[in-house]
Amino acid sequence: MDALPTTRTCAILDRDGLQALIAALAARGYQVLGPVLRDGAILYDEIAGLADLPAGWTDRQAPGRYRLERRADEALFGFAVGPQSWKRFLHPPVETLWRAQQGEGGLLFSTAAGPSPRYAFLGVRACELHAIAIQDRVFCEGPYPEPGYAERRRDAFIVAVNCAEAGDTCFCASMDCGPQAEDGFDLALTELIDETRHAFLVEVGSAAGEELLTGLPRRAAADAERAAAAAVVARTASQMGRRLDTAGLKELLQDNPEHPRWSEVAERCLSCANCTMVCPTCFCTTVEDRGDLAGSSAERVRKWDSCFTLDFSYLHGGSVRQSARARYRQWMTHKLASWIDQFGTSGCVGCGRCITWCPVGIDITEEAAAIRATLPEPRGEDHGGH
Amino acid sequence: MNRRPRLAVWKFASCDGCQLSLLDCEDELLLLAEAVQIANFAEASSAMEGGPYDLSLVEGSITTAHDAERIRKVRRQSKFLVTIGACATAGGIQALRNFADVNDFVAAVYASPQYIETLATSTPISAHVPVDFELRGCPINKAQLLEVISAFLAGRKPAIAAHSVCIECKQRGTVCVMVQGTPCLGPVTHAGCGALCPSYRRGCYGCYGPMETPNTEALAREWTALGAAPRDIRRAFHTFNAWAPAFREEGEAHDD
Ligand code: SF4
Ligand code: SF4
Ligand code: SF4
Ligand code: SF4
Ligand code: SF4
Repeated sequence: MDALPTTRTCAILDRDGLQALIAALAARGYQVLGPVLRDGAILYDEIAGLADLPAGWTDRQAPGRYRLERRADEALFGFAVGPQSWKRFLHPPVETLWRAQQGEGGLLFSTAAGPSPRYAFLGVRACELHAIAIQDRVFCEGPYPEPGYAERRRDAFIVAVNCAEAGDTCFCASMDCGPQAEDGFDLALTELIDETRHAFLVEVGSAAGEELLTGLPRRAAADAERAAAAAVVARTASQMGRRLDTAGLKELLQDNPEHPRWSEVAERCLSCANCTMVCPTCFCTTVEDRGDLAGSSAERVRKWDSCFTLDFSYLHGGSVRQSARARYRQWMTHKLASWIDQFGTSGCVGCGRCITWCPVGIDITEEAAAIRATLPEPRGEDHGGH
Repeated sequence: MNRRPRLAVWKFASCDGCQLSLLDCEDELLLLAEAVQIANFAEASSAMEGGPYDLSLVEGSITTAHDAERIRKVRRQSKFLVTIGACATAGGIQALRNFADVNDFVAAVYASPQYIETLATSTPISAHVPVDFELRGCPINKAQLLEVISAFLAGRKPAIAAHSVCIECKQRGTVCVMVQGTPCLGPVTHAGCGALCPSYRRGCYGCYGPMETPNTEALAREWTALGAAPRDIRRAFHTFNAWAPAFREEGEAHDD
């Protein structure tokens, strides 16, 4: 792990400085999104200022379990990741792609969506930065980039936060995806909170970040403050709730499609698709074409889909993956193995959401370990995130 | 189109809620009346025209010998027959009689039970005649009903997903109540409502019946882990879709 201090430009913001950061983003026309407390969880939504952040709250996570708890302090970012990821904004769950209208001269097509808001994300974790980078590769590279995603992504301003608490289901460290934000942000914060202070070490990650920071009330970071920030990240890394052994994992999964463990997990799996919905890298969608009663207009709507549905693998005459065993195997093998063939990295960043938000608490790290345990040493190399 | 397709709406044993969803379409109702000829819809108009019908929407379950005969006539007169709602697709809440002795209910409910003629069971329409499409829900979602009718008019497959309620729940951005400790039937329930109950912080009640691949046993195990008693589990599965095989069997696996 690279320890802070980094070679990046650093400064210290106090709480007013952070408030000024939010205000400056809003003044530049960004829709500022950050963590908020709602329905007993920490979600991402529009924020107007510090008062909207979940001060003094943390989360307790376990397979299939999540609850909020009070902290002893008033930390603003003292929790791990919640049920939602930034995917919700960059790759929205439901989107109308086009509408068509029967006109005088034939069909008139229009793209349905107006321009997306310019998003500023406050509180993006290391695992989420990696997840965004993975989706960038999926949506923006190759011969058919996804224009909506690319536009939202280009316009987004990212304020990362180094994790000060690892959840019980987090395993970013073993995926090489955290807990320190190393790349892919405009600014990155580390919250420094104890009896004597409540401040944020801020690192600059881009020219836009630098420009924004220059206008904020701030002061230089002392060496001791850099060291304190490094200690926060190091402590989080040592608290990881779980780990995933990625050595030869791709081959381990791809070589063992008939392993009995797939049947065992299928007995527990509900095929409910929650794991794919909450996963910050899962990108699959379906499209629905709808027409009105008069047959004069139509629209195409894209929705998040999942390899856990039958329709997902419906080819002529039926679904290819009839059994829950085949569907669970598809999900896990795609995430941890065939993703590497497709995109050059693992599809998993170790955020733990699929474990916490699986209603029956199926744990991808435990499933991988169970397959490994019964087999001789696999061939192949390490495949963490990237 | 040379002539407008003829639509008929039929009622069997039911509460009328699903037909009311059609009347509730308000804005779209005029469009519907232009797109189809409403030949028979007792809830909306007393004018009844004879068959044949291009599209029949059937609400309600079969609970009497008379209705068992009547649905055959409806089927013979209908090119395309769509059942709407839990009564028509699974036997409805009234299928609770199937788990007990119907004569006991008759004796308990009616002052003069000798006038009541009824079958021992409430069964879905598909147990009596072939059905072309089943639209789930208790009651059905009116947007889905319009989708089924629009798809029929356009000669395409309706875009009605058979996956879990959870997918709609996540698309909506609702925090999972089950993971927060409230038992929910969403993972084994057919989508269609847009995950309404969890958005009000309640578990799903299973109005749309079993989803395409329901693993009810695994869900029941998790309900037990969350503190649900066997009786709670039985009752949760035995409501509006009690006679749908997956829910019937799971309910029966738990003591009342
Ligand atoms: S597979 Fe699970 S742990 Fe990995 S990125 Fe997706 S949700 Fe997170
Ligand atoms: S795991 Fe399934 S839903 Fe996720 S990206 Fe792969 S195929 Fe799509
Ligand atoms: S997985 Fe790592 S980066 Fe993500 S929330 Fe947990 S500790 Fe933070
Ligand atoms: S692993 Fe869990 S969340 Fe994923 S489909 Fe199975 S039961 Fe649902
Ligand atoms: S609240 Fe219920 S329907 Fe929603 S995701 Fe959780 S289990 Fe599924």
